[in-house]
Amino acid sequence: MSDSPATAPTLSRVPIIEGWFTDDVHAPHLIGSKCPLCGTFVFPPRSGDCPSPFCDSTTLEPTPLSRRGKVWSYTENRYTPPPPYVPTEPFEPYALAAVELEAEGLVVLGKVATGVLAADLKVGMEMQLELDVSHRDADHEYMVYVWAPARPSAASTASATASTTDGGAA
Amino acid sequence: MSGDKDIAILGVGMHPWGKWGRDFTEYGMVAARAALADANIKWTDIQYVAGADTIRNGYPGFIAGATFAQKLGWSGVRISSSYAACASGAQALDSARAQILAGFCDVALVIGADTTPKGFFAPVGGGDRKADPDWQRFHVLGATNPVYFALFARRRMDMYGATAEDFAQVKVKNSKHGFTNPNARFKKVNVIEDVLNSPVVSDPLRLLDICATSDGAAAMVVCSMEFAKKHRALAENSTTDGLCRVSAVGTVTPVYPQSVLELPDIASDSTAVVPAPARKYKDSIAWSAYEQAGIGPEDLSLAEVYDLSTALELDWYEHIGLCAEGEAEGLLRSGATTIGGRIPVNPSGGLACFGEAIPAQAISQVCELVWQLRGQAGDRQVEGAKVGITANQGLFGHGSSVIVSR
Ligand SMILES: [Zn+2]
Repeated sequence: MSDSPATAPTLSRVPIIEGWFTDDVHAPHLIGSKCPLCGTFVFPPRSGDCPSPFCDSTTLEPTPLSRRGKVWSYTENRYTPPPPYVPTEPFEPYALAAVELEAEGLVVLGKVATGVLAADLKVGMEMQLELDVSHRDADHEYMVYVWAPARPSAASTASATASTTDGGAA
Repeated sequence: MSGDKDIAILGVGMHPWGKWGRDFTEYGMVAARAALADANIKWTDIQYVAGADTIRNGYPGFIAGATFAQKLGWSGVRISSSYAACASGAQALDSARAQILAGFCDVALVIGADTTPKGFFAPVGGGDRKADPDWQRFHVLGATNPVYFALFARRRMDMYGATAEDFAQVKVKNSKHGFTNPNARFKKVNVIEDVLNSPVVSDPLRLLDICATSDGAAAMVVCSMEFAKKHRALAENSTTDGLCRVSAVGTVTPVYPQSVLELPDIASDSTAVVPAPARKYKDSIAWSAYEQAGIGPEDLSLAEVYDLSTALELDWYEHIGLCAEGEAEGLLRSGATTIGGRIPVNPSGGLACFGEAIPAQAISQVCELVWQLRGQAGDRQVEGAKVGITANQGLFGHGSSVIVSR
């Protein structure tokens, strides 16, 4: 990929899990599945049968999901989760948010961007998808999708510049 | 209240909950012998054993029916083994009920027992299982079980104004209910500060908001109403009046789309094409039981619900219809769900006093209803209890609700 990593240039960037999100660090998308017959969505992406009991499709097709959604709920982990979670040392509390994607009718659980904690979140808050480093080993930097407080869109930036620095609720 | 699909509960028994890490069959045998003694039935008269499986104990745990049949002494008895996560015990009861109502057997033993490791539940077995949602949620997100409990808790706070004190009050109430329960593991009366001073695990839930994992066992002897009549005729009287009956066992799965994010999923189903069903999954569990029994929440004397966290107990008030959505905090604060109130919830002390012994838990909920309905619950007796409900949720689309009446 063309983006040069901001950290440790010798590490190669790899997704923590294959096929769940695009690697465009500026505007990443989650990759879901869409039923070609009834149009319903699935995340995480998979092949095979449509989940709807009313649909006979035996295939699903990959599709990018909306980058923005609203917080359905959220929490903050204060203890290191057990394996197969790979913690960073020392462990730092991090938030998780379940975000509702309106167009897809999905609620997707994800980590929240580093530094944004539960106290910074609220049900209904607008979030957007970003990529963050989950953990590193000797050769790799493992990337994970995260929800981050939404920055004003290009259209509304002009009017919002006075009231916000970088738009992050953190 | 009695229906033609009722079965009788002749006897119940438990091994106390604790944390010893011994062979789970040891606990199960104590519960089985207690239930047989309570029923005044010999093991060799049991025609069917319905076992609730535990998954952490090698293959004998996966075949609980056979494991306990052998342990009690092979008698040629027919068996089944059920796995339905936290609802395994109710699924086993449902299996026994179906055999009895179909006339394939008259009397059955339902049994579940568990032993548990310390700490967070984590995926069973090692290795990279990238297609397993359980592996995915831990590896990609660190989404432990308390993370999901916390999502529901935080939503109550932001949507309905629940407070950390409300959650703590659930623990306080349950500790007061259960501290004299001989089968409970935690026998300390807690005050609000105990909870508020315990460390945050997954915000907003603290250590004392979240149920522990426990060792324990529960069993019951169930039979046809006809068998119960004959069995009791040999004893003191010839009627089935006063016998506890299973009036309903709700074990429905979700209806697509399951629009609420539930353990262990990373996303909900999509509501883009098919709208969410009018009755959400956890509501439908209890309502399927109400429909079977032909009663409603207004007929209840008490309820045993699955307080995996303090906040989830509040959710259950709404799921089983004790109040409307968003009103559970008010119901709690009014004292209605405390023993002596309008509709006591978790008079046993609930998971707050027991911790969770997965395959035994749904059976132990029914044991509590039986003791309450018989008037044998001692210090925690709900006066004049006639009808009780249990509600329980398991992973992977499992859940159960059992109605017991007398
Ligand atoms: Zn389809």
